[in-house]
Amino acid sequence: MARALCARGILAKLRQSAGQDIDGGFGHLRARHSGAGGCWLKPGGAGVVAGCYLGVMDPVVFFFLLGVFARLAKSDLRLPDALYEALSIFLLLAIGLKGGVELAKLPFASVAVQSGAVVAMGFILPIPAYAILRGLGRFARPDAASIAAHYGSVSVVTFAVAAAFLNRREIAYETHMPLFVALLEAPAIVTGIVLARVGALGSVRWGALAHEVLLGKSLVLLLGGLVIGAAVGPEGIVPIKPLFIDLFKGVLALFLLEMGLVAGGRLADLRRAGPFLIAFGLVVPLLFACVGAVVARLVGLSDGGTALLATMAASASYIAAPTAMRIAVPEANPALSIGASLAITFPFNITLGIPLYLRLAEALRF
Amino acid sequence: MQTYSRKLLVVICEAALENTLVEDVGRLGAAGYTIVDVRGSGRGGTRDASWEADRSIEIKVICDADVADRVAAHVLATYSAHYAVTLYLADVSVLRPEKF
Repeated sequence: MARALCARGILAKLRQSAGQDIDGGFGHLRARHSGAGGCWLKPGGAGVVAGCYLGVMDPVVFFFLLGVFARLAKSDLRLPDALYEALSIFLLLAIGLKGGVELAKLPFASVAVQSGAVVAMGFILPIPAYAILRGLGRFARPDAASIAAHYGSVSVVTFAVAAAFLNRREIAYETHMPLFVALLEAPAIVTGIVLARVGALGSVRWGALAHEVLLGKSLVLLLGGLVIGAAVGPEGIVPIKPLFIDLFKGVLALFLLEMGLVAGGRLADLRRAGPFLIAFGLVVPLLFACVGAVVARLVGLSDGGTALLATMAASASYIAAPTAMRIAVPEANPALSIGASLAITFPFNITLGIPLYLRLAEALRF
Repeated sequence: MQTYSRKLLVVICEAALENTLVEDVGRLGAAGYTIVDVRGSGRGGTRDASWEADRSIEIKVICDADVADRVAAHVLATYSAHYAVTLYLADVSVLRPEKF
C-alpha cells in the first residue's frame, strides 16, 4: 500500500504510534503529501496542482498573501504603527524564550562549536553575493555591498514561518535554533560595510554602528528572551506560556498580514530594479540554503535543524540590515536591497523556499 | 506682551538620521529640539512609515539665526546628497528668549 502511494508521489510511512494527531485519523498509517516538488510532477489539471500546493503551505502564509492583495488592491487596510511595533516585540521575545528554555541543559562545548560555525557562515555569505552583484550584475560598489549585507543577514519572520512549517509536520528540530538567528544578524552587516568601504575603513563610525546593531531592538529582544528562557527553564516558563507560546501562531499570522502590506508596497521597486535583481533574489537563496544545509550537517544538526539553518542562510534581512546600511553606506540605494529582500526573497522563501529547504535537508544526510 | 524673534528650523528626514541629527543640533549650539513621526511623499517617492526602514521624522529647532544657519548648512552638506531631506526656516516669536 505504501509503495502504491509512493508511486503516485505521496509520501507514506508506516509507523507504530499511539495514533494521536494523525492526519485524517488513519491510525497506524500516516500519510502526507510528499511536498510541493512531487506535486508539480504529477499529471493533472492546474486546479489539482494549486490545491495540492495550497495544502502544503502553512496557514500563516495566507495572511501574507491577504496583505499583498489588500495593498495591491489599494484597500485602506493599515495596521497601526504601535501594533506593528508591539507584534514585532512579541515575536522576537517569544522566539528567544522558546529557544532559551532548553539551552541551559545543552553541553556548552557543542553549542559553542555550532555557534562558531554559524557566525563564520554569517561573515562569509555576503562575499559571494557581492561578487555576483559586482561581476554579473554590474552594480556599483555601495549597492552591491548593501544588497550582499541584506542577503547574508537573517530574517526572523522567515525563521518563524519555517519553524511553524516544521511544527505542523511534526518534524523535530533543535530547540536552541533561535540562538543562531541572533548570531546571524550582525556578522553579514559588518562584512557588507567592509566591502563597501575597503580602502576607507577609518571613515566608518564603528562605535555608533555597533550600538545600532548590537543594541538594536531585535538583538536585545532575541538574546534577552534566550537568556530569560535559559534562566527560568521549562518549568519557569509555564506562567507566561499562555501569552508567549500559545498565542504565537496567531500573532505571527497578524504580523505576516502587515508584512504582506509592506511587501505589496515594494513591488513597484522591482520595476526599477530590473530582471537581474529579480533573478538574484530567487537564485541566491537557493545557493545560500545549500551552504546553510552543509554547515548544519557538518555541526551535526538534525533534519529539522538543517532545514531551519538552510532557511536562515537563504533568508534576507529587512529590519536590522536596512537600518545599519542606511547609516553606514548612505550612498547605496535602499530601494534595491529592500525591494529584492522584501518583495522577492521573503515571499519566495515563505511560500516555495521552506518546503524546498526541508527537501534539501532530507536529501543531504552524511 | 513682549515677544522676541527667533528662527524655527524644521528638518524632515529619514528616521535613520535621528540619532546623528540630534547630536549635530546640540553640538552646533541649539538648546533643544522637538521630534515628531511623520509620513508623506515627495520627488524621492512615498514614505508611509509602515515599518522600520520606511519611517520619517520631523525635527524642529527654535534657536537664533546664527545657529539655525549653521545647522541648516551642516544638514545640507552632510546628508542631503544621499538621504531624503527637506528643510525650511521660519521666523517665530517667543516669550522667554533665554530658553532658546
